[in-house]
This record gives sequence, structure tokens and C-alpha cells, in this order.
Amino acid sequence: MTLTIDLTTATSARAQSATYLGERRDRRGFFTDTTLCIGCKACEVACKEWNELPQDGYTFTGMSYDNTGELSGSTWRHVAFVEQFDDSRSRWLMESDVCKHCTHAGCLDVCPTGAIVRTEFGTVVIQDDVCNGCGYCVVACPFGVISERVDAKPEEHRTHGRGTMGKCTLCYDRLKTGEEPACAKACPTESIQYGNVDELRERAQLRLERVRESFDGAQLYLENENDGIGGGGSIFLLLDRPEVYGLPPHPVVPTKHLPQMWRAAGVAAAALAGAVALASLRL
Amino acid sequence: MGTSFGRGGATTFQQDLQNSDCILIMGSNMAENHPVGFQWVMEARERGATVVHVDPRFTRTSAVATMHVPIRPGTDIAFLGGVIHYILEHDRAFTEYVVNYTNAPVILREEFRDTEDLDGFFSGWQEERNGYVFHSWMYEGMDLHGASGQRESEEGLEKQESRKSDTMDKLRHGEPPAMDKTLQHPRCVYQVLKRHYERYTPEMVARICGITPGQVIDVAEALCANSGRERTSAIAYSVAWTQHTFGVQMIRAAAIAQLLLGNIGRPGGGILALRGHASIQGSTDIPTLFDLLPGYIPMPHAKAHSNLAHFVDSEGAKTGFWGNLDKYMVSLLKAWFGESAKGENEYLFDLLPRISGDHSTYRSTMAMVDGKVKGFFICGENPAVGSANSGLHRRALANLEWLVVRDFSENESAAFWYDSPEVQSGELQPELIGTEVFWMPAAAHTEKDGSFTNTQRLLQWHHKALEPQDEARSELWFYYHLGKRIREKLNEREEPNADLIRALTWNYPEKGPLHEPDAHAVLREINGWDAKGRALASYTELKADGSTACGCWIYCGCFKDEKNQTANRTPGREQSWVAPEWGWAWPANRRLLYNRASADPCGKPWSERKQYLWWDEEKGQWTGYDTPDFEKTKRPDYIPPDGAQREEALAGWHPFIMQDDGLGWLFTPNGVVDGPLPTYFEPQESPVANLLYGQQSNPCRQQFPRAFNEYNPSPSAAYGDLFPFVLYTYRLTEHHTAGGMSRTVAHLSELQPEFFCEVTPELAELRGLKHGEWATIFTVRAVIEARVMVTKRAPVLNVDGGAVHSVGLPYHWGSKGIVTGDSANDLLHIALDPNVHIQETKGLTCDIRPGRRPRGPAMDRFLRELRERAIQAKAKK
Repeated sequence: MTLTIDLTTATSARAQSATYLGERRDRRGFFTDTTLCIGCKACEVACKEWNELPQDGYTFTGMSYDNTGELSGSTWRHVAFVEQFDDSRSRWLMESDVCKHCTHAGCLDVCPTGAIVRTEFGTVVIQDDVCNGCGYCVVACPFGVISERVDAKPEEHRTHGRGTMGKCTLCYDRLKTGEEPACAKACPTESIQYGNVDELRERAQLRLERVRESFDGAQLYLENENDGIGGGGSIFLLLDRPEVYGLPPHPVVPTKHLPQMWRAAGVAAAALAGAVALASLRL
Repeated sequence: MGTSFGRGGATTFQQDLQNSDCILIMGSNMAENHPVGFQWVMEARERGATVVHVDPRFTRTSAVATMHVPIRPGTDIAFLGGVIHYILEHDRAFTEYVVNYTNAPVILREEFRDTEDLDGFFSGWQEERNGYVFHSWMYEGMDLHGASGQRESEEGLEKQESRKSDTMDKLRHGEPPAMDKTLQHPRCVYQVLKRHYERYTPEMVARICGITPGQVIDVAEALCANSGRERTSAIAYSVAWTQHTFGVQMIRAAAIAQLLLGNIGRPGGGILALRGHASIQGSTDIPTLFDLLPGYIPMPHAKAHSNLAHFVDSEGAKTGFWGNLDKYMVSLLKAWFGESAKGENEYLFDLLPRISGDHSTYRSTMAMVDGKVKGFFICGENPAVGSANSGLHRRALANLEWLVVRDFSENESAAFWYDSPEVQSGELQPELIGTEVFWMPAAAHTEKDGSFTNTQRLLQWHHKALEPQDEARSELWFYYHLGKRIREKLNEREEPNADLIRALTWNYPEKGPLHEPDAHAVLREINGWDAKGRALASYTELKADGSTACGCWIYCGCFKDEKNQTANRTPGREQSWVAPEWGWAWPANRRLLYNRASADPCGKPWSERKQYLWWDEEKGQWTGYDTPDFEKTKRPDYIPPDGAQREEALAGWHPFIMQDDGLGWLFTPNGVVDGPLPTYFEPQESPVANLLYGQQSNPCRQQFPRAFNEYNPSPSAAYGDLFPFVLYTYRLTEHHTAGGMSRTVAHLSELQPEFFCEVTPELAELRGLKHGEWATIFTVRAVIEARVMVTKRAPVLNVDGGAVHSVGLPYHWGSKGIVTGDSANDLLHIALDPNVHIQETKGLTCDIRPGRRPRGPAMDRFLRELRERAIQAKAKK
């Protein structure tokens, strides 16, 4: 089923105006081509430098060369390292992961304060100063992109002691001045490409055809507008199945079934009301 | 590189890698340590090039390469010898190139003997001085001068004397006197080379390197198939080649392969020397080395060089561009001493300091340990973590009277006296260390004007973005004002040896509130000026009559037209792919060196696909995409007249203009002290015996057997496997060398927070090591601990039938900074390459066991017992 506008009727009016209404915009996003990634982590560092994000702990994880572990409120680009060494192959996969800026964004759907908005670039951005740290978005994201960032708000401005939720903004401030996002700018091998999402999808398709000549398992990820998130604003070219990189193979936005649930709830409520009415009639 | 081609710099530039059909990356982890330049390797791969990575570990470079061949650390010469063997055995050399542009046809003297005749030695070996005399390596009928190489040794001096006393035959019409262009003469270089590498068969190489014969053949074939008229291959290396007791010979082996395949001076070809640190190229061009003056002019020797004429006569060549040494030297003296440098006082040549032997960094460290050095400046370096056998360096620092450390923060070298393993173990006590330590905060590159000279000889200017914080000052400020103060002090009193310092021109304009010397003025002095004070345009304008001044002849032209050429920043999209308007490359803004070789002897491109520079008959000049690395109007068929000197003595088809004979040297008759041809030896410490020769290790290597620099018994197989595993060190993308610029930065520290060792599952099983837990690693010199990273990326090598395990250690950690850890370099020894005095860090032996290392006095006890065992093992043998 394609998720369309009726989905958002379940959320706030503010959110409704902020998300996709069917019109085409000059939507911006990323194409992350993992076949070109050399795992240098320049994207992680450039992102943290530009967005003034804190370090995430000095912990040796033992997970290959990955010591940041995952995307979080304070790590908005994360390079995954996957060692595949067996009799048939010797390879070390690297993939720079980032917020997917979903067409149907669960985080945006559930945000009760309107802190999460769809920008004029078609990206999904959390507004620090509006977010009250409730954390609904954390569980609404099928990719586990978002988490709390305690340091972003001074103590006295916190609600119930919470910080704010953090994730990639696609460098909204840089986009406003015509610059590309910091990670794409820093990437030395053009593994991270920034641009118009439609163009990136075409580029990704062409690239896939070329890469397939040498790598059977190569596939695109989140390029399909009919998938469970309506396609990503961030798309990826992977050399193996998504789960190998720790990505969900069939992500579905949790708010996908909200309209049906509302309908079902409506039916149930009506039935209940009917039953009550019937019962009272009988009385 | 200097001895093979004429200049000690990368022959090509990183952007040119995109034109390669095959790139061999060896002795380098380019993707991790040069990620920005690596984009051109990726570009080449996307265009269909074969990317081969020959390296012990499976690294981020191997991950994106077409082919990865894991060889045992330190066996590179065997591997490259196998490649050379393959080229020669299967007649795959680019014959027309080899016959005309290299010394392959040159006939050698009858008295020359090869390592194949003398079981690992060449003729000329002198046991008592641990070195060679070179007479027998010269051409039949001609002595040669090395375009670079060692000059400080006694042998070097003798060589110079002998050269002068010989009645030397000159080039005959541009060619060496005895040649066989059919390459058949048994004493011609080509045949000598063939015999030298005859036993480096794929099978033998496979046994030494721990790989299969097929892997040797695959790599050799990839290079051969991608070389010739239509195709070119490039080789990229970094410090993993230089850091061996035979490092120079590894690079020489690559040079031989590339000359045979006809890949030097051509687009997509060449040898790319990837430097280990920003502006390391610059620090050899305008050197911080004891034996060189700016522009690779040798430092005068106390015994050999009594006056300027004698210096020029003995150090300059008669033919080729080194025949102009008088011009370069006089111009340098004019830049340094200004008006007071005159013809009648030999331009004050006499005031220059002299060397009297080897004063290299490790030799100086030994002298420090022995209490012979009073003071020491450490700038942008951290020997207490970054130098081989860092423990010995810390002990050396403790024997000084004073120490100045200039860095961004207080590093381990500044803190050695209270925070070091020696202090923890109780061996050193802070209250008993007499060294007075001055930590001087240094300005960052963003806080000062100046230039970097990068890996491809490219000078790029950086502008100051903000004033240095607090008391931080630029290096230029520090030394300029230090010099001023020293001069003031000298003026206050009579100092007999102060003439040099008094005579120096030391008057750069000062700017701003901090009195920062004007870096542009320094660059302009380096560029030089003519008698009227106008900036020079090229080193060919330099004169020996005192009318020109030039601080570094190879940099002449960087301030051409009174413009700072190094600040040129025309974007790539607005110029050709060679991008001559981005920065400025030495010499004379030439991006691809020896580019005359990109055309055939007649001056036509070898092929349309690989055209770069060619002879334009109509205009009577060389033309193409780059500045010609050749006299612009010298015809390709130019035949030098009898008695011609300097560059005029070189023929129009000889592209290597810095060499005496204009040829690429497959065989180096001079300039390399440990032999004219690369020969395989085992590292100082090795698990196995040398399969090729009775001589185990490089006989010329420099050793320093002494307390705290003992060597593990080698080969360990012969000593009861006391230290059975191969140890090697490396770097990670996330950190910078000894960590001073990365372990102090949160965003980098979190990416690689802890010191770890990489071991295979097999070794983990053998020694009971658990992934993520601790391991203790030790040599006879030190014991350290690291987290265990069990990974199949680490190699298990089948060396001559037995498994050789290895322990890989990134060397970035120390006791200061945000993230700390033991220093891998504590484990290393000091044994050096005899040519360049560089340490061996890429192939030693060690042992490993699970758990944390002993602490405090127990550490001392542990090491003492270990040394005792090593002594007993040696005695038993």
C-alpha cells in the first residue's frame, strides 16, 4: 500500500502542513555509494565539527574499526565496518550511514510539539529550541537514527530534565547559503554525494548497473518510492544485503498503519456505542 | 630515487594516477594515510585500472584494491626482485626505452663482482669498516658522480678523492664510452641485472614472502601487461619502504622495475613517494638534515672541503645539471651573507659549519645518552612516543642540561621527567633528572603565513586566519627572534666563533603586534634575485659570479614576476588536468619529472594515448601539457660536441638531466653505499634464515648494540623461538603520528580511543588471547600492553613451509592527551639503513601473552629476566 496524505490526518495539523502534500519540490538528499568508501571517517568528523556535536565516549568496542558504534543524538554520520573473511571471499565493507530523511517520516508524524519539520529542501529537521525531549521520535524511527542529546540544552531550559533529540539536519544551515552538507564536502572519494534526490536516484541506478558487472550482490537501498517509508531522501548503494551493514531490510514507518488503526478504532467505538445504546434500550 | 633518476622526490603527482592502467601500492597504506590523494587511485580504478596492494595486512587500501597480496613484513626486495626476474626472463622490458634512456647497455668494469658470485656481497667489501669502496662499480672507462647519496662517510671521501685522481674518460658525444646497445655483452648492465635476479624465481620469492608463486606472477603480469607504448603503470610507496635496514634498496628495486617497463617520465607512470607528514618533502628540500644544504647541496665536510673551489670540484659533476653546483652554491652564499659575500673572500664559504661524520638523529640520541649533548630542540616532533625505541629517547632526554619542546600542548617528550614508563618503574626519579625543560606553545598553521611542500613537490601557501592564541608563536617567529637575541648577546661580548652568526643577513620585515617576520620576504629570498634586486624566474638564471642570490636553487621561480606563485589557486575546472596554476612545484613548476621520456628518442609521443610532451619541429621547441623537464629548445637529436660540459654534455635523447650521463640508472655505480643492485636480506630481527644468501642481514646496516638497545636473537628459529612472532607498526587514519595533533582532539580520539594489537585467530588460539581483552607484548627492550583485536585481516604466512604469525601495532599512543596508552615504539630497536639512517620499524620480532603487563618494579624485573634469557640463548648457540 502506498502511504499518502491520509496518513497524516492522524497527526497534528502542524505536521500535516509540514510533510509531503503530493507536490514536487526540489528535494535534496544524499547518495552514499559504499563501493567508493575508504572508511576514513572524514564525514563523521566534519559533521561533528560543523554541527558542534560532542564526542560520544572513548570506548574501544572491538567491532572492527568502528568505535562510535551507531548513529545517535551526537553522531549524525557513522561509518560501519564489516569484515567478511571466509573461504570464498576476503572483504572489508565500509558504509557511511546517516538519517534517511524518509518520504514518510515516522519521527515527524509522531512529534507532538511540532519540533520536527519538513523543510523547504524536503529534509526532516528537529528544531532544538522547540523539542521538549519527549522521545516519541526515537521509537518512531525504523532505523534507530535518533537519540537524546543531553548537552544541547542548558539545565534550566529542560523539560523534566530531558535534553533534546538529535539527528542529521542535512546541514540545513549550509544548504541555506548554497553550500553542500559538511560530510559530502569532506568526503575525499565522492562516496557521499549530495544533490537533487530525483537526480541522485538516476545516478544510483546507472551506478548500480556498472557495479553489478563486478559485484553480484550489489543493490540499492531506499531508492524505491513504494517501500515502507516511501523511499529515502538518503539512498545507498550497498555491496551486500542491508542487514549485513546493520540496516533493516524492509523498513516500515510505524505510523504506516495509523489510518487503519484509527478506522478500526472508529469502528470499534461505533460498535461499542451501538452496543451501549442497544443495552440502554434494553434497559 | 635521487640515485636512480637524479632527484630525491616523487617523479609524478597524485592527480596523474588517474591516467594509470595499473597502480602498485606497496609499502604504503595510501587509503588510510593519504585519503585525499587516494581519490585519484579510486578514479583510476573506476576508469578500469588494476589496483594492486602488496602489504602484510588487509587494510582499508586492500579493501578497495583489485588485488591484495599479503607478504611477510620486510620481504619487499624479494618480491620486487621476483617482478624484475619475471620482466627479464620473459623479455617484457620496454626495449626501445631501456636501450635509449637507461644505463642498461653500459658495460661495467671487469673487476665488478655480484652478490651471486660472493654470497651476498659485492666487490669492494671492506670488513673492517663495514662498508664498500666503489671503484669496481663504475662504468668501463668512466667514473660517475652520484646525483645524491651519502657523503659524510670516510668511504665517501675516498671515493671523491679517487674520482679526481683518475684520468677520467668523459661522455663521448653524450654517451658513456663503453656500451652495447644490443644488450648482449656479458658485462653490460642488462646482463648483470639478469644474472643478479636469476634466482628470484616465483617459487623462491613465494617461499620467502609467505605467498604462492601464482601471486608473484599475477602482480608481475599485471605490471607488464599495463606497460609499454600504449599503457603505463605507477608505483606508490610510503614510509613502510623507507623504514628498514635496506629501505633505500627497496625503492631502488621499484626504480629498476619502472625503468625496465618504461614507466618513468610518462603520464600514468612514475614512482610516487608518499611522504609521512605535512611538508616532510619541504624539510628535505630546505633541510633539517645534518648532511644537506638547501636544494640537496651536500654539507661541506671538515676534512674534504678546504675551500669553495675544492668543494665545487669534488661535489659537483662535470656533466648534467649538477655541473652547475658552483652557481647554486655561490647564489646560496649570497642569499645568506649578502653584501659581505664577495669573490675575494670566496663568498664566505669558509664560515659554513662542517660535518665530520654521521650526526644523524639516532646517532645524536646515543650521544645524548652518553652525556655528550647539552641542549636539544624538539619542534613538531615527539620522540618519546614517535621514534624507534622511544624508551632510549626518554633516557637520552634525561641526560641533557636543557630541552626546548615546541608543540601545541605539553606532549610526552616534554613530560618525560615525571610521566613515563621509566619513572613508573622507578628506574628514573624526577628529582634526580637534571634536564631543564622549556615547553614553548606553538602556533597552528591557521595562525601563520607560510607554505607547505607536499608529497609531489608542490608548494602551497597558507594564509594566516587568526593571530596565535596567548603565548603561542610561529616557528618563523621563534627562530627569527631567537637569532636576533643571540646576535645581541654576541655583540655584548667577544666570541671567537661568532663570525658565522654575525655575517648572516637577518633582517626580514616584521609585521603586526607580535613582530611576526614577513613570510613572503623569506620565500622571496628562497626564490632569489638578480644584481638589480629583481626576483629570478628560474634556476637557469643563476650565476657563479656573485651577481645572483638564491636561498634554494630548486625553489627558484616560486616568486617569479614578483608574485608569490605558491599562492596560485586557479580552480581545477578552469585549467587543464595538470593544473599548473594551482600552487607551484619544484623545479620550475614541472609537475611530471623527466617528462622528456614521455616522447620517443625522436621526440614523438610513444602513443597518442600517452602523449604528454613532444618536440615541435616548426617552433623548434618542446611542447605539451607541462613545463618541459629539459632544455626547451634542445633538439631530440642533439649530439654534444667533444669536451662539452654541464647540461650541454647531455644528448638530446637523454631525459635524466640531473645525472652525469642523462640516463636512468638501473645499476647505481655511485651514491648507494650498500650496493649497486638491490639484494634481498632479512631484517635485523627475523624469525627465519635468509634463503638466498649466506649473509643474513644487510652487511652495511648501522647497529647500536648497547644497554636498552639490545637486539632480539635472530633468526629466532635458531634460538629456541625466543621471540617467534613478527612485529610491525603502522598508522591509522584516525590519528596523526605520535598523537600530538589527534589524541588531543575529542572528535579524533573517540574514533580510535585505545591502543590495540592485531592478531589472527590462529595466534589468538596459540597464545590464549581473547578479543577485546588485554595482551602483553614484549621484546628484549620493553614490555607493553594493548587491547586485543582478533581479525582475519592480519596475515598468517606460510614461510618456507612453516606458519609465521605476526603482531601488528598502531603506534599513536602515549601517556598524555585525551586518550592514552602504551607506546608501540618502546618495543623497537635502533638499527638503521646505512644510506639515510632511517630506523627499521616494519619487521622485527616479539612475543605476546594474554593479560596486562607487569607494573612498577615488577616491569623492571620482567625485562631483566628476559634479557638474561636472551643472553643465555645466544651463549648456548
